[in-house]
This record gives sequence, C-alpha cells and structure tokens, in this order.
Amino acid sequence: MDGNLITAILFATVVAGTPLIIVALGLLVNERAGVLNLGSEGMMAMGAVVAFAVTHHTGNPWLGALAGMAAGMSASLIFGVLTLTLQANQVASGLALAIFGVGLSAFIGKPYESVALQSVPAVRIPFIADIPIIGEALYNQQAMVYLSWALFWTVLWFLYRSRAGLVLRAVGESPASAHAIGHPVVLIRYLAVLFGGAMAGLGGAFLSVFYTPMWVEGMVAGRGWIALALVVFATWRPLRVMIGAYLFGGVMITQLFIQGSGLQIDFPAQFLSSLPYWATIIVLVVISRNANTIRLNSPASLGKPYRPEA
Amino acid sequence: MATRRNFMLTAGALAVAAALPLASFAQDVTKIGFVYVSPIGDAGWTFQHDLARTQLEAEFGDRIQTSFVENVAEGADAERVIREFAASGHKIVFATSFGYMNYVERVARQFPDVAFLHATGYKSGANFANYNARFYEGRYLNGVIAGHMTKSNVMGYVAAFPIPEVLQGINAFTMGARSVNPDVEVRVIWVNSWYDPGREREAAMTLISQGADVITQHTDSTAPVQAAEERGVYAFGYHSDMSKYGPTAHLSATTHLWGDYYVQTVKDVLAGEWKPTNLWGGYQQGMIQLAPLNDAIPAEVKAQVAELESQLTAGTFHPFTGPVVDQSGAERLPAGAVMDDETLGKMDYFVQGVASRLPSR
Amino acid sequence: MPDFPLRLEPRAEPSRLMSYLSPLIAVALTLLVGLLLFSALGKDPIEGFRYFFINPVRTLYGLSELLLKATPLMMCAIGLAIGFRANVWNIGAEGQFVLGAIGASGAALYFSGSDSAMLLPAMVVAGALAGAAWAAIPALLKTQFNANEILVSLMLVYVAQLLVSWLVFGPWRDPYGFGFPQTEMFHDAALLPILLDGTRLSFAFVIALAMLALGYVFMHRSYTGFKMRVAGEAAAAARYAGFSAKRMIWIGLLCGGGAAGIAGMAEVAGPMGQLTDKVSLGYGFAAIIVAFVGRLNPVGILFASLLMALLFLGGEQVQQYMNLPSSISMVFQGMLLFFLLGSDVFINYRLRIGCAASV
Repeated sequence: MDGNLITAILFATVVAGTPLIIVALGLLVNERAGVLNLGSEGMMAMGAVVAFAVTHHTGNPWLGALAGMAAGMSASLIFGVLTLTLQANQVASGLALAIFGVGLSAFIGKPYESVALQSVPAVRIPFIADIPIIGEALYNQQAMVYLSWALFWTVLWFLYRSRAGLVLRAVGESPASAHAIGHPVVLIRYLAVLFGGAMAGLGGAFLSVFYTPMWVEGMVAGRGWIALALVVFATWRPLRVMIGAYLFGGVMITQLFIQGSGLQIDFPAQFLSSLPYWATIIVLVVISRNANTIRLNSPASLGKPYRPEA
Repeated sequence: MATRRNFMLTAGALAVAAALPLASFAQDVTKIGFVYVSPIGDAGWTFQHDLARTQLEAEFGDRIQTSFVENVAEGADAERVIREFAASGHKIVFATSFGYMNYVERVARQFPDVAFLHATGYKSGANFANYNARFYEGRYLNGVIAGHMTKSNVMGYVAAFPIPEVLQGINAFTMGARSVNPDVEVRVIWVNSWYDPGREREAAMTLISQGADVITQHTDSTAPVQAAEERGVYAFGYHSDMSKYGPTAHLSATTHLWGDYYVQTVKDVLAGEWKPTNLWGGYQQGMIQLAPLNDAIPAEVKAQVAELESQLTAGTFHPFTGPVVDQSGAERLPAGAVMDDETLGKMDYFVQGVASRLPSR
Repeated sequence: MPDFPLRLEPRAEPSRLMSYLSPLIAVALTLLVGLLLFSALGKDPIEGFRYFFINPVRTLYGLSELLLKATPLMMCAIGLAIGFRANVWNIGAEGQFVLGAIGASGAALYFSGSDSAMLLPAMVVAGALAGAAWAAIPALLKTQFNANEILVSLMLVYVAQLLVSWLVFGPWRDPYGFGFPQTEMFHDAALLPILLDGTRLSFAFVIALAMLALGYVFMHRSYTGFKMRVAGEAAAAARYAGFSAKRMIWIGLLCGGGAAGIAGMAEVAGPMGQLTDKVSLGYGFAAIIVAFVGRLNPVGILFASLLMALLFLGGEQVQQYMNLPSSISMVFQGMLLFFLLGSDVFINYRLRIGCAASV
C-alpha cells in the first residue's frame, strides 16, 4: 500500500468516526449520571434535519450546528420530563423517543430532501499538516473534527478533574447518598440528559451539514444505536470511546476501499456492508463477556429511576 | 425552496379537491395519477418523471388533472396507493419504479377501464403497458468523453445494485471510454441503495482516493458530483443535469426525458385509441439526451460526440456492437454483430476494462 | 425537582382504573395534538381528521386493508409482549420478521411446484423457526456472554436487511425476472387463502387471532407465564423463588422471534406473493408501540394493532390527498407512546398540588 492510500483511508476513517465520538461522549456523560437514554437515533435525526434547515436558510453551518444542538436538547427534554419527573420507564421512553425523532425528522425534513448545501471547507492546520502520511489525514480536516477532539479533552477533564464531574459520577453511582449529602440529583440528571441530547443533535448536524452535506430521511442509519453500543464497549471511559469510534469508522471505510481496489475477493457487497454491525456485536460480546468488568465499570444506578424521598 | 413548497401545496390542494366525493368535475377532465418512489427534489429519477408530468399539464391544460404521491415504498403497501388512484376515478396511472410491477398488474386486472403504465418492468396486460429508456446509449457517450478527459486512466463508478440495467450502463461506459483510450480501467463500488447520499459520497471519495479522476454514478443523489467538485476531479451526473452541484466537475450527464412519451400516451387515451404497447426508447424516441457539455471538453471531442449522437438518432450505431469481451476474456458477441434486446436485458457480466469484480452469486 | 409546585405522591395501591384509562387518555391527547398539528401546517384540521381516521375505513375494502395491516402488528406485538413482561428487551423484531419471510420463501422455493396442502403449514413452521433462530442469537449472547440484547437484536435488523438483499440479488433471484431483485412469484399452494373475495385479507388474520388467544393462555394460565410476569415485576422475588433468569431470556426472545417470523411468512405468502428486498416495512418497530399501548395484554394488543394500522392507512391518505409526508404516521405513533408513558405515571402516583413542607 502506498502512502497516499494510507492517508486516504486514515482521513476517511477519522471523518466517519467523528459523529460517533460526539454522540457517544454525550451519551457517556448522560449514562454516568445514571440515566440510560436509548433515544439517540431519534435525537440525531432531529439534530440533522434542523441543522440542515437552518444552514440552508442562513447559509451559516455554525448556526446550523447550534440549531441542531438545540433540537437534540429539546428532544432529550421530552425524555427527561418522562423519566425524571414522571418516573416513566427509561428503556420504553428512550425507544419512544427514537421512533418519534426519526418520524418527526422525516416529516419536517420533507421540503429539504434532495436539496444540496455548499460543502464546508476543511481547515488546514499549518506546519503539522505537512507531516508525511498522517498530516494530511489528521490536520487537514473539517473544524468539527477538531471540535470532537476538544470535546474529548473537555469531557475527560470534566469527569475526572472537576468537582462538578465528581458530583455527576456520585449521582450515577448512588443517587440516594448523593441526595443525602445535599446534591440536587434530579437537576443534575436533567443537565446530563440535556447534554446528551445536545451532543446527539450536534452529531446529527455533522452528518447533514458537514459530512454529506445533504438531508435524507433515515440518513442517521443506525449511528445512534452504534454510539450507544460504543459507550458499553468503552466501559464508560472517554478514551475508549475515541478508540472504538475510529475502529468502527475504519471498518465502515475499509469495506469501501476493498471494493474500489478491484481485489479479487469473492464476498457479496451486502456482506461487506454488514461488517460494521457484526463488528458492533462482536465487540459487545467481548466486552460484556466478563460480567465483572461491566459491573465494576458501569454506573451503578444506570437505568434505575430515582425519586428523592421527601 | 419557497417556490417549490408553494407548488407542492397547490398540487396538494388540487389533489384534495379531486378526492372530495361532492366535488363534481366536468366529465371531460381526465384525472391522471403518478406514483413516485422517492421525493421529487431538485434532480434525479423522480424529478425527471415530474418534469414530464408538468409537461403534460402545460400541453393539455384543464382537460386533464394530475396528482402524484411521492416516496411510495415498493412493498405491499404500494398496491393500496395504486388502487386508491384507480378507485377515485383516475383514468391513467403512471407507476414509475420497478418494484410496483406486480402490484400494478393486480390492480390493473381489477380496473379494466384504467390505463396503467409501469416504468422499467417487463410485464404488461390488456390495460397495462411498460416503458423504459436505453440509458446505456448516453452512458456510452459519457464514456467516450471520459476516455478523452482522464489523465490517470482510472475511472470510478458508484453503482446501486448489480441488475442488468446498471450493468449495461457500466459496460457501455467502459466500452465508450476504451473506444478512444484502450488503457482505461473502471472501478465500481456498490452502495446497495438507489438513494443514500452519505454512502454515495463515501464511495466517490474512496474512488477518487484510489486514483479515479472521472466519477460517475448509477444512484439517485447529487453527492458523487459534489464530492468530485470538492476534490477537483471530473464527474458525470445521472438522470438529471446535475451541473449546478459541480459547475467545474460536471462534464455532462445522461438524462431521460419522459415528457413526449407521456404526452403521446395521454393523447391516445383521450382519443380512445390507446393500446398497451411496450416501449424501450432511446435517442431515436428522444427519451435519452446528454446534459450540456462542459466547456472544458475540447471541440474535437464535442464533435465526435455530436457525430455519435446523430448516428444513435438515425439508428445506425449501437453501443453494444461486437466484439463484446467479458472480464474472463470470453467473447460474448462476435465482431460486427449487434446485441439484441433480450440478450441486453439479461446482461450479468462486466466487460473487459472494468477492474472490479461482480459480487458472486 | 424538589421545589415543583406539582408533586407526585405514591399511591398505596396501583390504580386499576388508571391502568385502563391511561391508553384512552394517551389516544385522546394524541388526537388533540394531531388536530393542532394539522392547523399549524395550515391544513383544515377537520379535513385532516377525516382523511386520517375516517376515509381509510369508509368502505369494506378499506376495512379489509385495515385488518390486513393490523395482522403483522398483532403477530409481532404478542410475541414481544411475552418478552417485555419479563423485561427482555427484544428490539429486533423487524429483523426476525425479515428472517421469517426468508424462511418461508425458502420453503416455498424449495417445494416450488408442490400442490401439497402441507406446504403452507411448512412455510409457517419455516418462518417461525427462522425468526426464532435470528432471535436466538441475542438470547445466546445475552445468556452466555451477558451482551445487551437491545443492541444485539437491533444490529441484527440491519444484517437481516442486507441478507435478504443478497438473497434476492443472488442465489434466489428469479431466473426469468430479468435480473431484478425478486424471487419467482409463489404458486397458488404457497399463497394464503383469501378470506374475503376481492380483497387482500387472508387467512393470516385468523392465525393472528389464534396467536393472541395462545398468548393469553400462556401469559395468564400457564405457570411459566406466571413466572415471567413475576420476573418482570419483581426481579428479586423471582430470583428468590428460584426462577431461572436465563430461561426467561430464552423464552422471551424465542417467542418474540417466532411470532415475528410468522408475521414475515404472512407478508410473503399474502400481499407480496414473492420475496423482494422491500419486504421490511417497519412492522417490527411499530409492534413495540403496539405492545406497550396494548398494555402487554392480548386483548389490548388487538385494539392497539387496529389503532396503529389506522395510523398507517391514515398517513397514506393524507399523503395522497393532502400531500403531507406519510412519516406523519410515525410522529403520531411516537406521540402516542409518549403520552401513554406519561399518563402511566398516575397508575402508581397521584398528583398533589403545593410544596411538601419537608423539602
């Protein structure tokens, strides 16, 4: 393989992994507070369509991205009210959000189907982009890619270095004791859910405004679910989310490169297309195999409703 | 966008009026229904059919009334939509995608007074005709242009599914390119979808990264053209003129024009002379046309294309004229022979010059 | 939040009345928001209401289509409900539906030309087995490796769709179909008999009703059904009583997969009459909502599936006559579930106005 090809594969892998990183980091914070929101697919779809519409009308992709975040947050607020205030089942509420979000996005996105946006140009970072092979792949990317890295460092710092992060983790581990020492458990969970929604919306915005750039019904194509799987795969740790996201991005991209190379392979294209899904399943199995790993790493109160006793 | 939405609303209002049982229209207004597989949008397969629908309205004015349903999935639910058109008094129904075929057939039997026209299928009946276009004719011309314009001699083809129609296109493109540049190779990526901008773009980007400097597609979105524009390589659109999505990249496009055929069909039905005849039309019937050629194309290439176009129109040239040699080196058609339509319809191989392999069976 | 003016206070006993009322409240709220939505879109809400809820069923043919559409929903939902009751979250019924269609088509193609009356029963069995086999993957991975069944069953939906695509483009392609992605049309012995002449309503509807009855017996009259309910409502109690969690998972997923598989069989042997890559229309996902709105109860599922089928047909009507996107059905479906989950709170809680002194 020549250097250019490696650069091309790396470049495409980083792009494909970016929405997964953004969404999965949001879900990670969300789940660290003990709330399991399965609605990420719907929130991403909402973010994607709203971001697309706003970008289309204003011509400004960043306004679009902000609007996408707002859309994801609004969607997650429905989930928050249902599960945190009304104590509804988190699994069922998340599923409802997934169906609702995908449907609503298709509905409001109708007038925007097969309308194209201007591509957002890449931002080349001087000097380091000149490093052979990896320079072009990593440092001549769209601003959203750099943003995903910033998000990673922010989440890392927040969870392990900030006081607020400590409180958030305490709420996820044991809401009752967090409540006992005076932390507003429900409020903190609301904020975590909203953050998860905002990041899902941003991930959706990346897909429709920066990646394709086009809106089409069903374009999230399971990435919301893969992001959920990534958080389990990462055992709720940010660095592993990054690694996992690029791994999945790599699987998605490599199958295209195999096809395009004209290699004498005898696999049906459909089989290659199913690889990312099989990869998700296999990784889930490998990670979950040891029940202790999951138990030790997952937030203890994940998915359990908590109602502060007055 | 506003104009398009307003247009949709008016069409919608018309459709509502059509459905009201109380609203009685003069007897001589003929209602025509269109079933579309995807949103109309600004370009693509359905857009071309809708262009033809507006041509009908311009041609016949208030003698007809058209309504359409977009985005009708090709599953069992399509039968209900098609039947609803027939049951609510539509006299002509155009079903514009292959997957509707068996449902059209069933509804046509229940409504013998309604004329059903189905695009790209192979069944027909007493009141049920099928029509299709010889997309490969345009593809061959695209290939000729591509063969002249490429520097890397590698071309990328983003394709949906390995069915004969798509294989005809890939093979015609390759043969066209190799007719002027025997060193050309064509690489194909299957995206397993007719319309998936995300994957189409990834596929186009992958092909460009692997050295392709001309991209074409047999899918429905403009994403491959946009990708080519971004990366500074050439592209051919498909279905519609996609030049506004890549003004520099877009060399031309194979477009299909259904309007004249639709007008003729409606004329025949109105005159009570309609017979279900199956049509596979190409340059000769005006069903296939190239989008305006990019100025980057040298004059002598343009002249060569114009010459081939006139031969196609006159019927003196067929893209699949032997020798047709497949990837394994086997001769599928001897030199000088012209491939008949039945053989074309069963195409299941790549010709020499395609670097990718067909997915195994 | 602690200083909310409205407070939820636990009821001493779950309210039976509310548990029946809650779906009705949810339907009423969905209708209300639906009317508002139509007005917001600048459409006459009454008109919209008529197209959505009345027009589809104004004729006998329309009614038969309603039952046709409700059939796969019933089948998938009753299977899912068995699992959901035990907190087994099978989200992949759509994939199991597709596998059922594949299994049944396999039988039809293998015995192509056979006139045997046993062909249809064989197709039902093949469909059920294929669906159950697909559901066995998440069951196995959950029980052996603790892998989350929600995510595994969901990923398998995408794989199932690619599998059917490969089959109809590849080995099962109709040799006389000009290379198009479809199997040959099934012959008459492989098609379900039609119940009502001139319609598409087939014997599948009877099978669906029988499955609901079977589901009722299993849930309410069998010891295993009882154990699964206990496991769902009080996991600790079930463990204490020595009920095997693994067995619940297996039963829950296999029932869901088998039922969805039969629904897939009914689709290819009914309205489609062949297998194509367009077999998956989202019944498996919609059935999740049906199961919840039907209170995981066979009688409830019967009504909920009719309601959902009406939402689908209504969506098509407003698409055809008002040019609104048919995805409006999914919006209604999602809302229905939201409102249901929200109003379900009042089964276990009551609303109190004013702040509690102790906060």
